[in-house]
Amino acid sequence: MSDMLLKVENLEVQFRSGSTLTKAVNGVSFSLNRKENIGIVGESGSGKSVTATSLLRLIPDPPGKITGGKIIFEDKDLLKLSDKAMRKIRGNEISMIFQDPSTSLNPVYTVGNQIVESIETHQHLNRKEAKEKAVHMLELVGIPEARKRFSMYPHEFSGGMRQRVMIAIALACNPKLLIADEPTTALDVTVQAQILNLMKDLQHSIDTSIIMITHDLGVIWESCDKVLVMYAGNVVESGTVQEIHDNPLHPYTWGLLDSQITESVSSEEELSTIPGSPPDLSLDISGCPFAARCPFAEEICLEKTPEMIEAAEGHFTACHFQTKEHRLDRKEAKVDDRSNIKS
Amino acid sequence: MGKYIFSRLINMIPTLFVVAIIVFLITRMIPGDPASVMLGPQASREDVEALTEALGLNEPIHIQFLQYIGNLLKGHFGVSLSYNQPITDLIINRFPNTVILAVSALIIAFMIGVPAGIISASKQNSLIDYSITTISLIGVSMPIFWLGVMLVLYFSVNLGWFPATGMGSMADGFISYLKHLILPSITLATIPTATFARITRSSMLEVITQDYIKTARSKGISEFIVIFKHAFKNAFNPLLTVLGLQISSLLGGAVLTETIFSWPGMGLLIIDAIEKRDFVVVQSTVLFIALIFVIVNLVVDILYKVVNPKISYSTNKGGTK
Ligand SMILES: Nc1ncnc2c1ncn2[C@@H]1O[C@H](COP(=O)(O)OP(=O)(O)OP(=O)(O)O)[C@@H](O)[C@H]1O
Ligand code: SF4
Ligand SMILES: [Mg+2]
Repeated sequence: MSDMLLKVENLEVQFRSGSTLTKAVNGVSFSLNRKENIGIVGESGSGKSVTATSLLRLIPDPPGKITGGKIIFEDKDLLKLSDKAMRKIRGNEISMIFQDPSTSLNPVYTVGNQIVESIETHQHLNRKEAKEKAVHMLELVGIPEARKRFSMYPHEFSGGMRQRVMIAIALACNPKLLIADEPTTALDVTVQAQILNLMKDLQHSIDTSIIMITHDLGVIWESCDKVLVMYAGNVVESGTVQEIHDNPLHPYTWGLLDSQITESVSSEEELSTIPGSPPDLSLDISGCPFAARCPFAEEICLEKTPEMIEAAEGHFTACHFQTKEHRLDRKEAKVDDRSNIKS
Repeated sequence: MGKYIFSRLINMIPTLFVVAIIVFLITRMIPGDPASVMLGPQASREDVEALTEALGLNEPIHIQFLQYIGNLLKGHFGVSLSYNQPITDLIINRFPNTVILAVSALIIAFMIGVPAGIISASKQNSLIDYSITTISLIGVSMPIFWLGVMLVLYFSVNLGWFPATGMGSMADGFISYLKHLILPSITLATIPTATFARITRSSMLEVITQDYIKTARSKGISEFIVIFKHAFKNAFNPLLTVLGLQISSLLGGAVLTETIFSWPGMGLLIIDAIEKRDFVVVQSTVLFIALIFVIVNLVVDILYKVVNPKISYSTNKGGTK
């Protein structure tokens, strides 16, 4: 078996409501090896969740539709599978945990019931064995008094504990891939760290690859091997964590980095934000999607869509001025000088 | 819980008292003198006066009312002169027939309305959804008197499939019994069926966009389990409230339906009694229906509390306990 676990090629997802067509994801490609973690970053609305949800084919249809591309998982194209075959993948080979643990668990069933359900769907265990396995999972994710907690309802758990339950459900069938869509955003800061540590520990013990969606680049530097930077439904930069951290190339990535709170930002220095807002995805975008906000934009950026090129080894980016031959100077990025673009 | 039920029971007393006053006054407003209606046009003046006296109808109205309430408190529903029977016996004879009709209608409504609503919601904006919504819109505004007559015309008169009126007896066999029951229960079920379909649909639509439904799907369970186990149980609460209201309005609908089909239940009894100006029967039966009404509502409220384990759900987002 090859080392490649997942290969996404030119994924396109659109939402239709009435006469407006929103192109939420526009040709996203990336690949992931076994036991490797990939982080996806990008502003709100850049298509991170839609990309992730597409992998499980859980985009609500209508209004959404996967309109193009391939999702190769191991040796199967998930987009070509029957519904039944796809259900065998969900929760079994690919699992997902969501942003808000207070709404992700069904309020009218006990947490035990919800874990057992997952186990019984995919594993040939009898009721008693499934229950034992579920209790074991609760212990594994660090829930004290697991046996007692097993028969409690979600509302009797705190936010952090609910997210642990979600992780228990997701990992109950030893999936090869875990998609975590902002798993800590809705939690207290102290709890966030606990959940991230838990995920790291568990990953080592069960050899799962993780797709980690987050707004916090710090999380990515710490726990991922690769990064995907998304903007307006496109990947604008991708590469190893090392490369993107030490040598980011795309002006949008620079903007993201500058807007992160890090220890190196001294208190006098103002935290910068990227001016403007992302484009409306229901309109046709010609040229570089970042052009309207990019301090380096020139005439060509509006006319021609930049290709994704390998600007350095294992490091891809889509910018007209970041090529092997030509480099922009990052320092200029902080100067909001867009006089060179006629709008 | 016990305390709650007790206080609700106490609260029923004033409600029933008000109903008693209102029914009492309304019966007195029906034109026509009871004694002469009962005795018929050929009766002599003396006979009419004697009967009026015997009925206590020449007493001042407040005395009549006090006597009536006094009897009720002693547990006497009174005696019907036109039927020549204690009213309690009349109710014991008739009430089960109404219950049979109402329960059949409710079962039909539940078995058809709820699945229709679920299908409609899970195929939102499809042809089948549009059909179900349109039909249920027509259903809720259906004049059931007209519908009853149409059903009789078509299925009894034209096709001869079902008897037009009356209630079969078990002695004639179960099939005959069922045949008598079908048209009246369909008539009575129409509005609740449509209402269940509409409430189920809207309640399900709200539930299926919830995050926990996405979680359920992400586990790889079948769509059937997603809809029936995960979504429906959450969509059930509003349905239960409507169920209570439906049982109440079924009793009202039963009066109409029983009249159309000469179904010997409480409704027909009341209509008969009104025609005969048998005031005591009208008063007591209406009061009895009111009693059933409040008891049903109480039971539904208690069920509501039992089905609902998530009182404080979603109030604390995140954080450690
Ligand atoms: N159910 C939906 N119906 C219509 N449009 C949708 C739906 N879900 C997503 N979209 C569209 O897809 C775009 C991308 O959304 P997505 O949720 O992937 O963003 P995101 O990157 O995950 O943002 P966030 O950081 O806020 O989670 C949105 O701008 C929205 O227009
Ligand atoms: S292509 Fe032009 S607009 Fe786009 S990021 Fe590069 S410089 Fe900026
Ligand atoms: Mg998202």
